[in-house]
Amino acid sequence: MTTYIIRRLLMAVVILFIVTLIVFFAMRLLPGDPLIIFLGQQAGSGTTITEKELEVLRHEYGLDRPIVIQYVNWLTGIFQGNLGTSIHYHEKVSKLMLERFPVTLQLGLVAYVIGNSLGILLGLLAAIRRGTWIDTVTTAFANIGITIPVFWLGLLLMYAFGLKLGWLPIAGFTSPFENLWLSLKQMVMPCICLSITGLAFIARQTRSSMLEVIKQDYIRTAWSKGLKERVIIMRHALKNSLIPVITLLGIGIGIVFGGSVLVETVFAIPGVGRLLVTSVFAQDYVVVQSGTLVISTIIILANLIVDISYGWLDPRIRYG
Amino acid sequence: MPEKQSTLLGASEAPPSVSEWRRFRRVFFQRKLVIFGLVILALLVFTAIFAPWLAPHDPYRGKMSDSLSPPCKKYILGTDIQGRDTLSRLIYGSRTALMVGFLSVGIAALVGASLGLVAGYFGGITNMIIMRAMDALMGFPMLLLALLLASVLGSGIQNVIIALSFATLPGYARFMHGLTLSVRENDYILAEKAMGSSHARTIFKHVLPNASPPMIVLVTLMLGNLILAESGLSFLGIGIKPPGAAWGSMVADGYQYLLMNPVLSFAPGLAIMLVVFAFNMVGDGLRDALDPRLRGLL
Amino acid sequence: MSTLLEVKNLATQFHTEGGIVKAVDGISFHIDEQEIVGLVGESGCGKSVSQLSVMQLIASPGKIVGGEVIFEGQNLLQYEPNGPEMRSIRGAKIAMIFQEPMTSLNPVLTIGRQLTETLELHLKMDKESARKRAIELLGMVGIPDAENRIDDYPHQFSGGMRQRVMIAMGISCNPKILIADEPTTALDVTTQAQLLELMKDMVERFHASLIIVTHNLGVVARYAKRIYIMYAGRIVESGSTKDIFANPRHPYTVGLLKCIPRLDEEKGRKLVPIEGLPPNLINMRPTCAFYPRCAEGSERCSKEPWPPLTHIGNQHYVGCFLNDKEKKSELST
Repeated sequence: MTTYIIRRLLMAVVILFIVTLIVFFAMRLLPGDPLIIFLGQQAGSGTTITEKELEVLRHEYGLDRPIVIQYVNWLTGIFQGNLGTSIHYHEKVSKLMLERFPVTLQLGLVAYVIGNSLGILLGLLAAIRRGTWIDTVTTAFANIGITIPVFWLGLLLMYAFGLKLGWLPIAGFTSPFENLWLSLKQMVMPCICLSITGLAFIARQTRSSMLEVIKQDYIRTAWSKGLKERVIIMRHALKNSLIPVITLLGIGIGIVFGGSVLVETVFAIPGVGRLLVTSVFAQDYVVVQSGTLVISTIIILANLIVDISYGWLDPRIRYG
Repeated sequence: MPEKQSTLLGASEAPPSVSEWRRFRRVFFQRKLVIFGLVILALLVFTAIFAPWLAPHDPYRGKMSDSLSPPCKKYILGTDIQGRDTLSRLIYGSRTALMVGFLSVGIAALVGASLGLVAGYFGGITNMIIMRAMDALMGFPMLLLALLLASVLGSGIQNVIIALSFATLPGYARFMHGLTLSVRENDYILAEKAMGSSHARTIFKHVLPNASPPMIVLVTLMLGNLILAESGLSFLGIGIKPPGAAWGSMVADGYQYLLMNPVLSFAPGLAIMLVVFAFNMVGDGLRDALDPRLRGLL
Repeated sequence: MSTLLEVKNLATQFHTEGGIVKAVDGISFHIDEQEIVGLVGESGCGKSVSQLSVMQLIASPGKIVGGEVIFEGQNLLQYEPNGPEMRSIRGAKIAMIFQEPMTSLNPVLTIGRQLTETLELHLKMDKESARKRAIELLGMVGIPDAENRIDDYPHQFSGGMRQRVMIAMGISCNPKILIADEPTTALDVTTQAQLLELMKDMVERFHASLIIVTHNLGVVARYAKRIYIMYAGRIVESGSTKDIFANPRHPYTVGLLKCIPRLDEEKGRKLVPIEGLPPNLINMRPTCAFYPRCAEGSERCSKEPWPPLTHIGNQHYVGCFLNDKEKKSELST
C-alpha cells in the first residue's frame, strides 16, 4: 500500500508541475503582452506611455528576464503564498480568494455530498429493482440530469420557486452564521443545480456497474451459500460495484467547480466562480491565472485521495 | 413426426448467423429513444443548413417597436429587447451549436487520438510526457480551461473552439493510448515487425480499424457534451459576439426579462437540452449496437 | 444406503432472442448417502445447469419449467427460489464448488470473511469461534500457515489454493451433499489429482455425498461409484463406473472413452475425437440429438423421437436404438 501511495503521490507532483507550466505559459506565450493589458487597465484609456517607460516597467516586473526565470520566480512566489495583485480589484489575489472561497466551498461541498450519496442510492435501487418503476424513473432522471444545462435549470427553478411561487429567495448568498434560515433557503436552488450533473452521472454508473457485478461468479457463490439478498448486495456486491464509481467521484469535483462558475453567475453568489467570470471580462489575467491554478490544484489533490481510496476498496491494488 | 417430415442432417444445425450489419441495425433501431434522437438530429442539421429559408424574420435586426413582444401570430416565440424574433434566432443558433460542436470534436479527436497513438506506440519518455500532460489537462474543469484561454485570447467563437478542443483532448488520448498498448502487445504485431513492416503500416493496419467503432461512439457522446459546454460559455458571454445568435447567450439575454417574457430564456434552453439529449441517446445506441462490451467504459 | 437426493424429470429452459434453449430436457438422477457420483458431458450439454437447478440458482432468462428435486422427503422446487427454506438448504445441506476458482471468490473480501459468513449464518457461531473453525478448515484442506493466511485476499492465492479454499467453504457447514461443478478444469494436471483426492477425503470425513460434474470421464473414473452421461440436455447412459468403462452401450459414451489417454495401452494408439460439434440447443428437433455425429446411426434414429432410457441390467441404463435392436434380436432368437 505504501509503495502504491508513494507512486500516486509522485505522479500527482508531476501533474501539478505540468499544470503550473500550462497555466503560466498559457498566459505568456499567447498573443497579448500582459504588461500592455496591465497598463491599459491601470491608466485607463487615452494615456500614452513611452517605449522607455515601458522598458522600465518591464524590468520592474521582471518581464525582461528569460521566460524560465520568470516562471521560477512566479512559482517561488506562489509557494510563499503570493498569488499576485489583481489589476481590476487592486487587491492581493490571495485576499480575494480567501474571501470568496468559503462561499464556493460551502455550496460545493453540500452539493457534492448530496449529489453523490443520492446518486449512489438511486443507482443501487434502480439496479436491484431492475425493470420496476424505480428503475424507469431513475434512468429518465439520470438522462435529464446529464443533458440539462445547469444555468437554464437555475433559471427555471428561479422562475418557478422564486418568482411565481415565492417560496425561495431569487438569488444571493448569506452566511449561515449570520442568518441560518435565510442562508439555507438561499442554498436550495444553487445546490440543486450544482449537484444535478454529478448525481445523474453517479446514478447511471452505479446502476450499470451494479448490474455488471451481480452477474459475476462470486455473486452466484454467495447465493449458493444461502445468504439473504440484502447481505449479498451490501457485503458482496456493493464494494465491488463502487470501484468504477470512485473514478466519477474525482471527476465530480471538477463538475462542481465548473458548475459553480455558471451557478454563481445565475444566482449572484459572491464566490470564486463569479470572481473568475468578472475577471475574465475585466481582463484581469492575474486573478484568472491564480484562480485556475488553485482550483486545479484542489482537483488534482482530490483525485489523489480518490486514487488512494481505490486501494482501500480494492485489495488487488492495495497489495499489487 | 408427420408434420415435420424433413429429416436432413439438421437436428443440430446452428441457426443462420445474423450478419454484423443486420445485428447493428436491429439493436440500433430497436429503442424508441434512439429513433427520437435521430429525428431530432436530422431536424437540427436540416434547420442549420436551411436557416435562411426557414427563419421568418431577420435574426440580427429587429424592430424596436416590437421590443419584448409576447408570443403572437407574427412572432411565434416573441421577441427580445431589441425586437428580434426569438424563433429566427433559435434557428440561426443551431448553426453556432453545430459548428462549435463539430469543429471542436474534429480537432480534439484528431489531435488527441494522434497523441495517444504516438504515446502508446513509442512508449518510454514520449509516453510519459504526453500522458502526464493529458492528466494535467484533466485537472482543469472544461469551463475553467475555457475561461483561462478566453481571458488571454479574448472571447470569440474561434477561441471557444480552441478552448473546448484543448479541454477534451485527454479523453481521446487516453482511449487511443490504451488501445494502442493492447494492440502492440499482440503477437502478430511482433511478427510483422520481425518481417520488417514499418511503424506506420502496422498502425494503420491494426490500430485504426480497431479504434474506429469506439471512436465513433466517443465522438457522438462528446458532441453532446461540447454543445452543452458551449452553451455554458455563451451564457457567460464568452463565445459568439453580438449580434450573432447562440442558444446559451439567448438564455442569458432573456434572464433579465424572466418575469415579463419567460419564453425568451425557456425556448433556447429547451433547444440545448433536446439536442444534447439526442446526441447522448444516439451515442448510447451506437455503443450498444457496435460493441456492447463498451458499456460502462464510454 | 438410502437415497438422499432424487431428481425427477427436471427441465430448465432459457428464453433467448434466438428461441427457447432446452438446456436441461427432462433428466432424472439420484444420489445415495455418502456416495460419489459423476455427471459427465461436453461443455454446453446442460450438466452445470442441472446442478444449478437443484439449488434453484438459475438466473433470468433461465427458468426451471418442470420436474421435482426431492431432498429429505421435500420437493425443493416448491420453495421460493430465494426464500428462507431454500436459503436454509443452500450452503448448509447442499453446498457447491464452482468451476472458476479465479472468479468464484469475492475479490474484495478476505477468505476468512468468506468462510466465516456461512458458519455464522448456518451454524450460528459467534465471530471468534467461526474464525477458529475457519482456520481449522483451511488447515484441513491443506493451506499451510492457515492462521496467517486467513486474512489474505483471493488474489494472493494460486488457483489450486483458491480451489482448496472453495472446498473448505463448501464443506464448512457439514453439508449432506457437495456438488463440484468442473472443480479442476481450470487447473494443471498435478493439482487436479491432488484436489480430487482432497475432495474425496473431505466428503468421507464429513460423511457427505459428492456429485462431480465434469467433461472428462478420466477425472471421475477413480472416484465415482456411478456415472451419468449427459448429451444435449438429456442423460443418455447411466450405470456403475465399472459397467460404463467396461461395457459402454451408447455411441457417445464410446466416443468419450476413446478420448481418454490411457497409460496401460500399447504405444501408437491414436486418441479419437468425436466428429462434429455439440448441437446448438435452440429449437431442437425431438429426434436423437447425437444422430448427426453418430457413426452408427440408422434411418430410425432420424425419424423416431429420442429413444428413452431402457434398463439393460445391473442398474445400467442407456438411451439408444442400437440396444433396442440387440434386445429385439436377442428376444427373437
